[in-house]
Amino acid sequence: MIRPHRRHPLWLAYMLHRLSGLALALFLPAHFWVLSLALTDPDQLDQFLIFADNPLVKFAEFGLVFLLAVHFFGGLRLLALEFLPWSQRQKSLAAGAIAGALLISGTFLLRAV
Amino acid sequence: MRYTGFRKRANRCAVSGNDKTMEVSVWRGSGGQGAYEIFQVPAQDNQTVLDVVSYIQQEIDPSLTYRYACRVGMCGSCAMMVNGQPRWTCRTHVKKVLTAGRLTVAPLRNLPVIRDLAADMDPFFEKWVKAGGVHKPGRSRDDAIQQVSPEDPGRVEANKAIECINCAVCYAACDTVAGSPDYLGPAALQRAWTLYNDVKVTDRAAVLASVTGPEGCTNCHSQGSCTRFCPNELDPLGSVAGLKRALARSFFGGKG
Repeated sequence: MIRPHRRHPLWLAYMLHRLSGLALALFLPAHFWVLSLALTDPDQLDQFLIFADNPLVKFAEFGLVFLLAVHFFGGLRLLALEFLPWSQRQKSLAAGAIAGALLISGTFLLRAV
Repeated sequence: MRYTGFRKRANRCAVSGNDKTMEVSVWRGSGGQGAYEIFQVPAQDNQTVLDVVSYIQQEIDPSLTYRYACRVGMCGSCAMMVNGQPRWTCRTHVKKVLTAGRLTVAPLRNLPVIRDLAADMDPFFEKWVKAGGVHKPGRSRDDAIQQVSPEDPGRVEANKAIECINCAVCYAACDTVAGSPDYLGPAALQRAWTLYNDVKVTDRAAVLASVTGPEGCTNCHSQGSCTRFCPNELDPLGSVAGLKRALARSFFGGKG
């Protein structure tokens, strides 16, 4: 239950940024360890790659991409908030432009896959 | 005079046969101790949260402690937590916040409680002073009056925040204040940003220095609750961002 004084988009953006950051911080050491297996223990890496073909792992990768995207854009949002003294209107227009560009390019991306 | 007038008005309402009531939970206690007490208050077509609190004090329990002065959103003394959100109670209509006939009123968050609904504002004002909130003039009375153009970019930026009424709503909304009690808070930092942009302030580096450090502007987590709840629709979040920008610029050797 979110306390009443926190029920607004900026606070949710803050929390999403923190949680995605924490989750990525947990993921990255494991990620680097798996990569290091290529040098230290190739057989174990192969076993892991077979395990990674599991549909459930594929689905978890979707979550990972989501976390990365959320954290990346959350960081850009903070940089814009603090270093670009834009007016509210300019910020809305910029956000709209980015959202529109993502929508259009994302549609083409899906057709290409 | 005002007191009797208020009583008369409340009585007239009682006589008019309006039997609709609402359930109001009011925080009672002092210091860290206390609990909510429930009052049944007659519902009117038009009433503010401050009207409700005043009704309880004047008609039900005279010992209820709260603070107000102007009743028109000028003085900034009646801010309280209404249903868990900080609000200026004199300009918050009950209709806007009433949920299922219930209302919860508590003292402002992040401040010590003197008694009931009256929060101790001292820490809030001490931080205001700590952030360099006092104007230090660069000229004496012997100098000519400084001409300030309303179109000057610094003046335009400074003007954005001068309507602050020191109600501490932003301070109560801020989770960073809750987490680090030494943090200066949105209102004091916004004041510093106003002074930083004021052309009459000659020592801008001193203003910046007073908001640098562990209790300063870099502590802000940009949660934006200050801007979201400011009753005068000011933008403390934008002001703190401005200070961060100025600090970054001075760190990289730019003009302070």
